[in-house]
Amino acid sequence: MEKRKSVRPVAFLKKGEDTVVRTQKLTRKKARATERISLTVNGKIHEMEVGTASHQIDPAHTLAHTLRETLGLTGTKVSCDHGACGSCTVLMDGKAVLSCMTLTIECDGKRITTIEGLSDPETGELDPLQQAFVDHTAFQCGFCTPGMIMSAKALLGENPSPTEEEVKEGLSGNFCRCISNYHVVKAVLAASGKGR
Amino acid sequence: MASPYRFIGKTTPRKDAREIVTGRANFLADRKFPGMLHGKVLRSPHPHALIKSVSRDEVMKLPGVEAVLTWEDVPNWKGGTPRCTRILDRKVRYVGDAVALVAADTEEHAKEALRFIKVEYEVLPAVFDIEEALKPGAPQLYEDFPGNVVTPGVPFFGPKNLKEVVRGDVERGFAEADVITEGTFGYENMPNPIPPEPPGVVALWEAPDSVTLWVSNQASYMDTVILSHIMERKIQPRTIGGPCGGSFGSKYMSWQVQCYAALLSRATRKPVKLVLTKEEHLASFTLRPASRMSAKVGMKKDGTVTAVQGTWLIDTGYYSMTTQSQIAVGCGEVQIMVQCPNWDLKPVIVCTNRNASGIVRGFGGQELKCCLIPLLSLAMEKAGVDPFEFLKKNFVRPGGGYFWRDGIWYNHRGIDHTKAMERGAEVFGWKEKWKGWLKPTAVNGPKRRGIGVGIHGSADIGEDSSEAYVRLHPDGTAMLFSCVTEHGTGQVTNYIRMVAEVLQLPMERISITPPDSLINPYEFGPAGSRGTYAIGAAIIAAAEDARQRLLELIAPRLKAKPQDLDTVDGVVYRKDDPGVKIPWKAMAVDRTITGYGRFDPDYSLVNCMMTFIEVEVDTETGKVALLRVVNATDVGQIIDPPGLENQLNGCLGSAGIDSAIFEEMILDRSAGRMLNANMIDYKWRTFPELPVIENVVMETPFPSHRFHAVGVGEIATSPGPSAVLMAVSNALGVWIHKYPVTPERVLKTLGKTGSGKGGAA
Ligand code: FES
Ligand code: FES
Repeated sequence: MEKRKSVRPVAFLKKGEDTVVRTQKLTRKKARATERISLTVNGKIHEMEVGTASHQIDPAHTLAHTLRETLGLTGTKVSCDHGACGSCTVLMDGKAVLSCMTLTIECDGKRITTIEGLSDPETGELDPLQQAFVDHTAFQCGFCTPGMIMSAKALLGENPSPTEEEVKEGLSGNFCRCISNYHVVKAVLAASGKGR
Repeated sequence: MASPYRFIGKTTPRKDAREIVTGRANFLADRKFPGMLHGKVLRSPHPHALIKSVSRDEVMKLPGVEAVLTWEDVPNWKGGTPRCTRILDRKVRYVGDAVALVAADTEEHAKEALRFIKVEYEVLPAVFDIEEALKPGAPQLYEDFPGNVVTPGVPFFGPKNLKEVVRGDVERGFAEADVITEGTFGYENMPNPIPPEPPGVVALWEAPDSVTLWVSNQASYMDTVILSHIMERKIQPRTIGGPCGGSFGSKYMSWQVQCYAALLSRATRKPVKLVLTKEEHLASFTLRPASRMSAKVGMKKDGTVTAVQGTWLIDTGYYSMTTQSQIAVGCGEVQIMVQCPNWDLKPVIVCTNRNASGIVRGFGGQELKCCLIPLLSLAMEKAGVDPFEFLKKNFVRPGGGYFWRDGIWYNHRGIDHTKAMERGAEVFGWKEKWKGWLKPTAVNGPKRRGIGVGIHGSADIGEDSSEAYVRLHPDGTAMLFSCVTEHGTGQVTNYIRMVAEVLQLPMERISITPPDSLINPYEFGPAGSRGTYAIGAAIIAAAEDARQRLLELIAPRLKAKPQDLDTVDGVVYRKDDPGVKIPWKAMAVDRTITGYGRFDPDYSLVNCMMTFIEVEVDTETGKVALLRVVNATDVGQIIDPPGLENQLNGCLGSAGIDSAIFEEMILDRSAGRMLNANMIDYKWRTFPELPVIENVVMETPFPSHRFHAVGVGEIATSPGPSAVLMAVSNALGVWIHKYPVTPERVLKTLGKTGSGKGGAA
């Protein structure tokens, strides 16, 4: 079947440019269901049936919902559930996507990384970016932090040595109400090629 | 000078840092319980109506639905001050008011069920403006509040609780003045604090009179106190806190949300989770009160204020739980800011048909000053007084006094904040930049720059009571019992830091109990910047008490008096001969030692924050760009450098500085609907728009507790908004008096175009 490409990288999501995002949500119900989908989350393959029974992936389920409710990966936080705040950001094939605006059935064959997948599963050692957030106290309440780290991870994946301006641009879709932004910028720069 | 401290003032990772950066911090929405149901609220589409009937026959047949509750099914629990607002009422008073509650096995089923509840309303006329609400014949929200005037006063603050500022002789004050100005000023844009985590709860009702609530609030002990009042003192709920995903005051209370879940659990005897959606959060949860003040001030040529007289109208929306408290504190804070002998300032709280106002950082004082400073500015302009000099001159000094929220007079026994103000002015370059009133600091084609300054200070740093225990264990570890939740300030780690310093024990060896009201003593919670002094003092006292008991117990073993002993790293030793020592294990392996500490309110210390602002206004587009912010404060002693810096940077968001630039809730004043109740239409500052912030922090020891520190986190948002108005007026060369300074307003002020209306105007 033909898959709709509806996933938008966070960096391109600008405020006010929400029409496309909203349309996606409205068309959820219409999306055609595949029988089974398979997605790799943090290196682990999940085969899932599509349908409306409680053990199945409902075509209306967002990736955020599947990660949090079906797979129990609650590290991905949902704040606006509306594509506006970036707190639900995860990586899809290395690119940042808003999991609250992405339908799970569109993720067939995709490789998803969530905040739980960043630290070393064997040793528990933190990713250098996570460590930089710890070292710079780049959070206050910490609710926006998983999304912030995943956006920054995608940014550093594309641009290992960003300038301060590029960091700010890359994180422009992420809302931090506590205003930990200044420490976040420092942490991301410290974890980048330039910081080392 | 080298620091005398081993832990205080040192940068260490936050205790919960690893949980936060790995996504393992368990916020409320992440919690699941066996058999858990999901609660949803059916909300009124009308701003004012009587419910004639509710039909739920169809709903109960839907799959998964386990309970539907309406006003007829629930006990007479009431919130508000005084308590007049029923949890579910026959009358709805704003668009979004709760009409029915549903519990179902999944969130989808609960949401679906809402569509099948049929409600018949008798629509009533509604009122959305403070002054309209006061007019004879205006729609009445409550029988208890004739004329929509909410009963003033806060019994909790004592018999003389502050309801107004009336003292001296204003007539004489005006007679002594060189200049007098008057007018009406507002701060009515109702900025929304919007913590990222919406209000939510899980409730489990087990026996007829026993309910446990897992809460995500700022003050998890107070939830039990507040709920027990609402539940008519027949039930003592147990509340268990967890990480709080932001609050900024607003999630100090979520009594309605908590009661909804409790009632649904009472009906089903299953755990019920109820978390507001972001839209509900913005449109139906509390936001900053709206203020409008008509006042007159008298001033001498040297900037001495001789009299302040006026009426301060506060729109609290459809109920008030804390607005009277905010007024009491605001009235205290305004006297701290303006040491004037003659006052006649009368607040009036008015209810209107929109969602309620509640606690937000700045707690009354920010609202009042945002109205008063523009008026004072007019007088300063007439008198030719520099606003920095004015604010510095009029702020309370040691020995100066004020009536605080309890109606009692206090003299500030703290430090002189002048030094921090002057240092801030120096860093900002105030003297070089200030060109006089309504004069830009620079003009570059259509772009004009201007500066402004604001101030805030509060005696709430020593408000209310706190209690704590510290328990020492024979293995050389300690546990702090304190009902505090981490809501972003980093204070939980700092309390461990304080215990570590008193006991000279590494921070890794100290743990803290979960913020559970069942196991911890009374705690008012971190609010009003009280965390450092008030909560800190109780915790320090508990640690000192435990240490003293330890030394007394060990003394005979070391053949010494307790005062000749000290302890470090879990070992007690003789001060005169450190080689004579014994580990804590000597207390006996089957013993623990518990110390108790308590803090009683102290309103005689005042914190202070002065904020300098530089803006650039584009006179072609009307856009106001915030270029630079300098916050100047004196905290006595820095406890946690990065935590403090984070808190001060918080001056922008959570209904702070940006409430003067673009943040506002836009109420459709014909239908009573909030038009921008989502994160796309509600404007917030993004990374690329961050201004330069410099934080000037002085450390003049305060006579507070043994670490001589006071808190300032709460007040970081408060001086900024009026400073923005001042800066924009100076940049443009004409007064602009409405918040926020949207491009439309700026262009209108310049006579260029448009209606000049922000949504709230
Ligand atoms: S929760 Fe997905 S963008 Fe806000
Ligand atoms: S740390 Fe609280 S929202 Fe970012």
